[in-house]
Amino acid sequence: MFNIIQKRRYFFLLSAAIILPGIIAMIISTITIGSPFRLSIDFQGGSIYELTFTGPGASEENLREVFARLGDDNITIQRLTNTDETEANLERWSVRASFDTTTGTIQQIEESLEQIAPFDRTRFSSESVSATVGAEVARAAIFAVLAACVIVTGFIVVAFRQVPNAFRYGVCAIVAMFHDVLVIMGITSILGLLFGWEIDALFLTAILTTVGFSIQDTIVLFDRIRENIPKYLGEPYETIVNRSIWETIHRSLATQLNAFFIMAAILLFGGETIKQFIFILFIGLLTGTFSSIFNAVPLLVSWQKGELPFVGKTNALQTATAEA
Amino acid sequence: MSKHYRWLVFVVLLFAFGLWASLPSTEGLRIDLNNDGENEVDLALRQSLGLDLVGGLRVLLQAELPPDQYSSEDLQNTANNVSRRVNALGLTEATVQVQGNRRILVEIPGITDTETAINTIQRTALLEFVDFSDLSFEQVQSLEGRPIRTTYQLQLNNQFDPAAGVNPLTGLPFETVITGAGLSAAQAQSDPTTGAWSINFALNEEGQDPFFRFTSANINRSMAIVLDGVVLSAPTIQAALDTGGVITGRFTEEEARQLALQLRSGALRIPLSVENTAFVGATLGQQSVQLSIRAGIIGVIIVFTFMLVYYRVPGLAAVLALAVFIVLNLMVFKLIPVTLTLAAITGFLISIGTAVDGNILIFERVKEEIRNGKPLFDALDAGFDRAWVSIRDSNFSTILICAVLFFFGQTPGASIVSGFAVTLALGLIINLFTAVFVTRTFLYIFADRLRQPLSERKWLLGI
Repeated sequence: MFNIIQKRRYFFLLSAAIILPGIIAMIISTITIGSPFRLSIDFQGGSIYELTFTGPGASEENLREVFARLGDDNITIQRLTNTDETEANLERWSVRASFDTTTGTIQQIEESLEQIAPFDRTRFSSESVSATVGAEVARAAIFAVLAACVIVTGFIVVAFRQVPNAFRYGVCAIVAMFHDVLVIMGITSILGLLFGWEIDALFLTAILTTVGFSIQDTIVLFDRIRENIPKYLGEPYETIVNRSIWETIHRSLATQLNAFFIMAAILLFGGETIKQFIFILFIGLLTGTFSSIFNAVPLLVSWQKGELPFVGKTNALQTATAEA
Repeated sequence: MSKHYRWLVFVVLLFAFGLWASLPSTEGLRIDLNNDGENEVDLALRQSLGLDLVGGLRVLLQAELPPDQYSSEDLQNTANNVSRRVNALGLTEATVQVQGNRRILVEIPGITDTETAINTIQRTALLEFVDFSDLSFEQVQSLEGRPIRTTYQLQLNNQFDPAAGVNPLTGLPFETVITGAGLSAAQAQSDPTTGAWSINFALNEEGQDPFFRFTSANINRSMAIVLDGVVLSAPTIQAALDTGGVITGRFTEEEARQLALQLRSGALRIPLSVENTAFVGATLGQQSVQLSIRAGIIGVIIVFTFMLVYYRVPGLAAVLALAVFIVLNLMVFKLIPVTLTLAAITGFLISIGTAVDGNILIFERVKEEIRNGKPLFDALDAGFDRAWVSIRDSNFSTILICAVLFFFGQTPGASIVSGFAVTLALGLIINLFTAVFVTRTFLYIFADRLRQPLSERKWLLGI
C-alpha cells in the first residue's frame, strides 16, 4: 500500500506548483486589464444595439462576422418581433456586445451592416447596458462562501465530536475548499491570458458547484477516518489515515469517472456555447477529489504531528488513544 | 422483507406519477372533486424554458423622473428591485439590465401573454398613500378600484387616464401623503380568530414623519392606497401611526399576499413607464442545444453502462434508482417551476453523473463486507448502515452551503445565487432519497429473489 501520507510534502508542493502560476496570472491580469480574469458582458456590461433591416439578407452568421471584426466574437444576438404584429416586413435584431460604443464604432457598424442587407440608419440605436451579474452578485457569492465556511466548520465539529480535535477537521476541509477555488480561478486566469477566455455568469456557478463538491468529498474521507480510529486502536494516526484513503479510493475514482463520462460526452459531442463551463467544472471536480485525498487529510496529519507553523503542537496520538 | 415490497409499491407509484408529470405533453393536473365547476386540485405542470432556448418578452421601461433627479445608483437600485419582482426565487432566469442612463431592460423567458407580463412589471411601480380625509363614505366607496389623479403623479408629469378622478370637493388632484419610498417592509398576515387577511407594513425614516402627521390629524377619516394611479383600497384610519400599520380590507389570502408583494415592490426609487415591448427570439441556435442535450444523454447512457458492468446486480438497482432520480427531478422542475436554460440542463445532466456517488459508497461498502466473509444480507445491512452515515454527513454539509447561498442570494440583484442554491439543494435531497431508499428497495428485492445465485456467484455482486 503506497503511503500517501508519508509523501505529503510532495503533494503540498504539487498543489503549490498549480496554484502559484495561477496567482501570478491573476496578478499580471489585474495589472494589465484591471481584473484577475477577462470579464464577459455578464460581469462588466457593454453595449446594446437595435438593428432594423428593410429587406432580407441578415443572418446570425453574418451579424457575428460584422461584430467579430469590431472586436467581439462572442456577441448575444436576438431576433425581435413586435408584440402587436405591426411592421412585420421589417427585420429587427438586438445585439449585445462587450465593447463600449464610440462614434467611430457606430459608423463602422452602420457601414458594415449596409453591406449585408438594406439597413435602416434612422432606426439604429445604441446604448450602454449594465452587467447582468453585477457587483451585488459577486459580493453575495463571496460573503456566502465565507459564511458557509464558518457554518460547515461548525457542522463538522458537531458531526465529528467523538473524534479528537474535531475542529481541525473542519479547518482542513475549508483549506482544501479554498485550494480548489484557487485552482479554478488560477487556471481560468491563465487561460484568459493565453487564449482570451472570458468568465461569464456560469463561472460563478462552476465555482459554487466546486465548493459544494469539495466539501462533500472531504467529508466522505473524514467519515472513514472517524470510523477507523476506534477500530484500529494503537495504530499510529498516520497509518489509520492512510488506510482510510485507500479504503475509499475506489469510491473516489468511480464517482469521478461517472461525472467525467458525462462531461467528456458534452465536451466531445456538445454544442460550442457551454464547453468552457464544462471544462472549468471538470477541473473543479478533479481538484475537489485531489484536494480531499492529497491536501485535506495529509494536512490533518501534519497538524496532529505539530509540523504546521503558527499552530500549537499537541501529541494527538496520545489523545486519540486515550479518548477512544 | 415485506417492508421492501411495500416500499416497491410506493416507489413504482411515485415513478409512474413522476413520469407522467415530467412528460412534455402533461400541462397540469385539474381535478373537480365535487363537480361544481371549480377545480379543487389545480396544479400547473408546464416546463418553463430560458431566454437562450425559447426567447421571450422584452419590455423596455423608462424612468418617469427628469434625469437630474436621480443618480445612476438609484436607477441600478430600481432595476434590482424590478429584478426581485420578476425573479423572486432566482429561478425565472429573467434578465434585468440598466440600459443607457434612463431605461431598464427586462427580458422574461417564455412569455407570450404580453398583457399579464407588463401588468406584473407595471403594477410594481408606483405606490402612494393619498389623502381622502375630506371625502364622505359614499365618495370614498365610489372611488375604490378607480384611477385617480394625485399631486405626486402631477409632479412626475404622468400622462393621466382621461377617466381618472379628481377630488370632487375641489376639482384638483388628490394630495399624496407618502409614496412607496417611505415603506421599509410589508407582509401579508391573517387574524388567528377571524381568519381575515390584512397587510402589515413598516415605515422607514423618510415615511414616518409625514405619515404620523397625517394619520394623527385624520383619525376616523379615510386614506387611499393607490398603486399606479388606481385606488386599491381606502381604509379608515383607526389611530395615529408612526412606525407602520395594518391595511385591512376584504382580502383573500392570495390578494393579501399579492398586495404585500406590490407594496414591497412599490418601494422603487424611480417610477417607471413602459416605453416599448417586443418578442425576442432564442439566443442559442437550436442545433447547439440539441447537440448538447444529445451529448448529455450519451453520457448518461455511459454512466448506466458503467454501473451495470462494474457493479452487476447492485448496478441494476442503481440504474433503476437513477431513473427515479431523473424523473423526480424533471417533475420538480415543472412544479416549482425552475426555468431551464442550456446551462441548467447541462448542470442537471452532470448531477446525474455525481448522483451515483451515494450508490457507489453503498456498493463499495457491501463489497468490503462480503470480502470480509459476511453473508449476503448481513453485508447489505452493514453496507447500508455504514454508508448512510457518510452519505448523510456529506450531503448535509452541501445542503447547509445551499442554505447559506440562498440566504445571501436574497439581496437585491443577486437572485441567481439563490436560484443556484435551490436547484442544487433539490437535486441533493432527491438524490438522498433515491440513492438510499430507492436503491435499498430494489437491491433487497433482487437479493431476495436471487438469494441462491447471488450467494454462489460473487461476480454478480461485482466482486
